[in-house]
Amino acid sequence: MDLLNALVVLANFVIIPGIAYGSTLALGALGITLIYGILRFSNFAHGDTMAFGGMFAVLGTWWLQSKGISIAPLPTALLVIPFAIVLMILFLLFCDRTIYRYYRKVKASPIILVMASLGITFIMNGLVRFIIGPGERRFADGTRFLISARDFKAMTGLNEGLAIRLSQVITFVAAIIIVAALFWFLNKTRTGKSMRAFSDNEDLALLSGINPEKVVTIVWVLVAILATVSGTLYGLDKTYKPFTYFMLLLPMFAAAIVGGLGNPVGAIAGGFVIAFSEIFVTYAFKKFFGYILPKDMLPSGIIQIISTDYKFAVSFTILVLVLLFRPTGIFKGQSI
Amino acid sequence: MMNRNIVYFAVFFAMLVFVGMFQSWTVAFSIFNLCLISAIMALGVNIQWGYAGLFSVGTTGFVALGGVAAVVTSMPPVQEAWTTGGARLLTALVFAGATIVISVLLWKRMTKGRIRGFVVAATLIIGFFIFRYLFDPAVAEIESVNPAAEGYLGGLGLHIIFSWIVGGLFAAGAAWMIGKVALGLRSDYLAIATLGISEIIIAVIKNEDWLTRGVKNVNGIPRPVAYEVDLQQTADFVRAADWLGIDTVLASSLYVKFSYGILFLIVLGLIIWLSELSLNSPWGRMMRAIRDNEEAAAAMGKDVTKRHLQVFVIGSAVCGIAGAMLTSLDGLLTPASYQPLRFTFLIWVMVIVGGSGNNWGAVLGGFIIWFLWIEVEPLGLWIMEWVTSGLEDGSDLKDHLRDSAAHMRLVTMGAILLLVLRFNPKGLIPEK
Amino acid sequence: MSFLIGKNMTGGYGGANIINNCTISVDLGQIAVIVGPNGAGKSTAMKAIFGMLDLRGGSVSIDGRDITGLSPQDRVATGMAFVPQTQNIFVSLTVEENLEMGAFLRMDDIRSTLDQVYELFPILADKRKQRAGELSGGQRQQVAVGRALMTKPKVLMLDEPTAGVSPIVMDELFSRIIEISKQGISILMVEQNARQALAIADVGFVLVQGENRYTDSGKALLQNPDVRQSFLGG
Repeated sequence: MDLLNALVVLANFVIIPGIAYGSTLALGALGITLIYGILRFSNFAHGDTMAFGGMFAVLGTWWLQSKGISIAPLPTALLVIPFAIVLMILFLLFCDRTIYRYYRKVKASPIILVMASLGITFIMNGLVRFIIGPGERRFADGTRFLISARDFKAMTGLNEGLAIRLSQVITFVAAIIIVAALFWFLNKTRTGKSMRAFSDNEDLALLSGINPEKVVTIVWVLVAILATVSGTLYGLDKTYKPFTYFMLLLPMFAAAIVGGLGNPVGAIAGGFVIAFSEIFVTYAFKKFFGYILPKDMLPSGIIQIISTDYKFAVSFTILVLVLLFRPTGIFKGQSI
Repeated sequence: MMNRNIVYFAVFFAMLVFVGMFQSWTVAFSIFNLCLISAIMALGVNIQWGYAGLFSVGTTGFVALGGVAAVVTSMPPVQEAWTTGGARLLTALVFAGATIVISVLLWKRMTKGRIRGFVVAATLIIGFFIFRYLFDPAVAEIESVNPAAEGYLGGLGLHIIFSWIVGGLFAAGAAWMIGKVALGLRSDYLAIATLGISEIIIAVIKNEDWLTRGVKNVNGIPRPVAYEVDLQQTADFVRAADWLGIDTVLASSLYVKFSYGILFLIVLGLIIWLSELSLNSPWGRMMRAIRDNEEAAAAMGKDVTKRHLQVFVIGSAVCGIAGAMLTSLDGLLTPASYQPLRFTFLIWVMVIVGGSGNNWGAVLGGFIIWFLWIEVEPLGLWIMEWVTSGLEDGSDLKDHLRDSAAHMRLVTMGAILLLVLRFNPKGLIPEK
Repeated sequence: MSFLIGKNMTGGYGGANIINNCTISVDLGQIAVIVGPNGAGKSTAMKAIFGMLDLRGGSVSIDGRDITGLSPQDRVATGMAFVPQTQNIFVSLTVEENLEMGAFLRMDDIRSTLDQVYELFPILADKRKQRAGELSGGQRQQVAVGRALMTKPKVLMLDEPTAGVSPIVMDELFSRIIEISKQGISILMVEQNARQALAIADVGFVLVQGENRYTDSGKALLQNPDVRQSFLGG
């Protein structure tokens, strides 16, 4: 019984949040890795791209809520995501045509593109704060819990509750659907294969008649989808706050690099590695050990490896270890 | 060519005088002091980017380390904290250092294989728990010493000017470690790694109260110059102010700012002189050769990674010096003020606008962008006032637009960066 | 007039000309080989024909049509295919995907061409689902040639196809190239292994410092004492 309670505690505070957070990071890292694979630079604007996509979703949700439209028990935001994606596609293509295309044409070094992405980060950052404000914005509605802690206790008779929020489930399911669709696209369609070919060997892709501008356009469309979905779902699961998306940049980069920049499978694995390490290392295990250790052996502290204030130290440490020992990432093989 | 550069600087000083005459001289002087510090930071970034093409996104962290240096060098030590938890804390830190050194040695000495990995991991994990066992109670003891005013170890009580050097050393040390890891790989990796180290440094400063008092801030950091209050009570000073026909309070404030300005000018001059010297030395030429064609330089037997590490450490040290200067100008350490936007990105804009690769360009960029950064906000507010003048007071839109002036600063800086990068990538004063 | 001809071509990458008044041509079903010492501009001459460098003088025409102004991609559409010396396959794609990418511009059914390539290179059929990067050097070259054949070209251009492969693989590759030419496809090839290449060549071009030094049938060049002395090591 105690062992079961301990496992429930672990599931409730580590495993379920880890899956939801990992899904977000995986989607984010996928966006970063796709851009790296095709446009060959690290996109520092990706966090703010997610914030931008999330912003469209928040605004759309508010509008629908004001009209009394809802798809309860599901959150209204799900209804808005497709429209937000369309807006983001237009916005990202506009950025690409006005800014990045020029550097591609003059074959600028990748670091110049990184700097340009930093400039775009600023602008997006400012625009988001201008349009929706820097504070927290709530837009979640619909059913909050799939299983609440109290129901779980009543159902199982255990001391500990297991709460599963609907937003966590949606995040995970959406991640699975998107990843499956993305891999189908990359591996089974002609256009997807041409993207992989372009990422693999640009010159040979040109010789084969693959149109680089078309490949780039499709990348931005994919990135718009990934960023809007992950940005919206992250906001739905926590709350929407522009600043938090910039802070996601480091874990997302770490995830992408752990998996090997340009490698989509690696990005997904990396996302979960980072998410679980972060939550595991910053979780206070006192309650967990309270069930499995005898009372007199229980240490007095909260049994937390490091404080949550240092959670990005986890991403960073993993990043450093990978850079030291396997700079190409832990997953060899396919680049997108 | 030279003349155009002089014109740029002349225009800047004219703008400053304009602010002095129409806004206030105190404002003009405080802007100028920060312009000087910004110029030093821009020089630091320029050493990395302009000389060697290294893209670091961690300037904020190095500047913050300078701030820490100001505290640990110049604040008086808190005796009680030292006696209660100091020894144990030092032991913990030494132990942590030793654990890392031993792990590295084990890794290097032992034969490759599963056993090595296991031993090193075990050393680190056991070391970590022993460290926590030593560290946590020590921190609790230190932080419980008079928490309202102290609750930290304090510093060494040395003169604040020393902290400028210490700040440089701190930043250099951090840069060396991160450079060791991230240099020699793809250029983007340095950017990502520095972003990470910078966030960690800032997290440490915000959370390690025993070191920096965290979000409670450290006030009253000693000054390298006189205090206004003392000046106002000095008979000679009052007489001199009277003679000049300036209000004593204003005169004291101007005098203080002026003294800071002199000190900063000396440092800036020194750094420019050294930068110019090194840029035009064989070392500087080699750096630029590496930047322009890494492969060719490597083929000629230059150790590119080692040179990059060198230049990265030097550039970061300069940022650390500037960080310590900034904290001694403010007289307090506010960990929450270290925003990546304010330091890293703004400094980048300075370097790009001024002219990467050219020291004078970096200085000019530092001057102009800081000036705009300060003056654009009132301007933005004023524009928003004007835009919203037709709206009713208290309307949501009006409030929102007014509040948003600050955000437009971000957009403006981003736009400036993109425009300069696109249309004038060499900057105002291009590299010779 | 030959099917494909680069006439009096002059040009280079930077300021200096690498090829000077150089003429290369090949007829349908023929094998033409460009040989010469290092730095003679062999690869440059081929790249000039394929439009990968701007000509300062001369012209390129295929089947009587002037294509001097076309980009490499557009030349692919006129029936030219090019196999670069290095990085000539998509290493992370499977063998079959490599071939599919070769036919990227084609909108018709590529099944029959795919079968033809597999017939020519049976080993590729066995490894069709394997990543091209996992293959051996000789197999990779087969993938590269196969990829180029997927556009159903009239002219196949090969830049040092046997560089870095073993003599056995080289012989194998040459015999396949002869087979391809027998299907009526012109082959234009730059070769470091001059002796073996000239042995299968209908026509050979010996370039020195970017200029034509000797032009003759492969057999005649092999027997020419001057050529043997200077370029074939006696």
